[in-house]
Amino acid sequence: MASDMNLHGFGPQLLAGAIVTLQLAMAALCVGLVLGILGALSKSSSVTPLRMLGNGYTTIIRGIPELLVVLVVYFGSSGALTAIAALFGHDAFVELDPFTAGTLALGLTFGAYATEVFRGALLTIPAGHIEAAQSLGLGRWRIFLRVILPQLWRIALPGLGNLFLVLLKDTSLISVIGLDELMRKSQIGTGFSKEPFTFFGVAALIYLGMTVITNGILILMERHANRGYRRAGT
Amino acid sequence: MSFDLSVILSYFPTLLLGAWLTVKLVIFSSIAGVCLAFPLGLGRSSPRLAVKALPWLFIFFFRGTPLLVQLFLVYYGLAQFDFVRTSILWPILRDPYWCALITMALNTGAYIAEILRGAIQAVPRGEIEAGISVGMSKSLVLRRIVLPRAIRIALPAYSNEVILMLKCSALASTITLLELTGTARTIIAKTYMPVEIFLVTGVFYLVISYCLVKIFQAAEWRLNRHRRANG
Repeated sequence: MASDMNLHGFGPQLLAGAIVTLQLAMAALCVGLVLGILGALSKSSSVTPLRMLGNGYTTIIRGIPELLVVLVVYFGSSGALTAIAALFGHDAFVELDPFTAGTLALGLTFGAYATEVFRGALLTIPAGHIEAAQSLGLGRWRIFLRVILPQLWRIALPGLGNLFLVLLKDTSLISVIGLDELMRKSQIGTGFSKEPFTFFGVAALIYLGMTVITNGILILMERHANRGYRRAGT
Repeated sequence: MSFDLSVILSYFPTLLLGAWLTVKLVIFSSIAGVCLAFPLGLGRSSPRLAVKALPWLFIFFFRGTPLLVQLFLVYYGLAQFDFVRTSILWPILRDPYWCALITMALNTGAYIAEILRGAIQAVPRGEIEAGISVGMSKSLVLRRIVLPRAIRIALPAYSNEVILMLKCSALASTITLLELTGTARTIIAKTYMPVEIFLVTGVFYLVISYCLVKIFQAAEWRLNRHRRANG
């Protein structure tokens, strides 16, 4: 492979694809983190319908393949959106663009797994902390923002980091619905050069590089999140 | 948006056929993955650099890149080389079923090897020392103490990995294989009814993963029977 690493001028294209991949991963991360926190709160809620909703969400999303989620969001949403548009008097066919559909699909998947990570983290926060905040007269929202969330972040970070690495690799699935990210750019390059091994090999190396860099950033973030703990612990 | 039950009924047998292929892919790749994982996991937990370098590289590559890329590298990529096309292995490497199976086995093998490494390291030192103190050889300790203990420790994580493999098998549809997701996509292309077909497909996956979870629970129950005996 090394002797035959001619990208036929597709190098910048692959890099552009890699940037779309990163944008997609970050967008899906934002959606997924919000869904994860909402999911964890509803799963540990005392309201039964909310708990059932949370349980249904995590069970279904974690039980079906990511690719199927992507296809359902992309092809299934157009029917629903067209029907909603018809209610408002639009007759046109409405569909999500691949980036939005991909963000939603990957965010839904990330959110389901993040729900479990956040729920586990919520359980480790001592009740005394919340009681202390209540005795100071803080409101529910204040307690969540000032007492629960900062600790949640520290405890959930390793689990979330693993999920983000999975998410980064799952972005390749969005090539199936036609988003011009790294994987699809390599397919386009392959179509031109008829050298699939070279292009998919380079794509693999770029993914590896992204994984390694993400890993490094995660280690730094964990060190930062745990800074108070190391000092207090020993 | 209307819901058409007759489509589901008329295509149910076709989907069942796809589900069977999915199950076959998962079972065979999981078994092959375990066979790969033992040498990889043992090599990876060796203290010698020369022994652990290659397994480390293998695991690093297969865990660090998307399965879709690996699948395309094997199915489309290998055909780039003439020596592959003229080799006796070509009838196998040309077949999408074999390519999917090989890639999934390599991928899951790397993940299982890491699980196994963690399990081997979790075997209590005292039990290994006890084995050595009664005069067991290194390989006997490995066979009688380390591996049986490690397998029990690794089983829950392994069952997670098999469920992940079930979900990864959907990617085989991208290399023209008509497993569950591939079948669903073909039917949708014919009927234009994504909601109904995707719903049944999702239910199929949930049922398969439920069965897998139950099988592993039974295996765990049986493997840990010595712990229940006097409990």
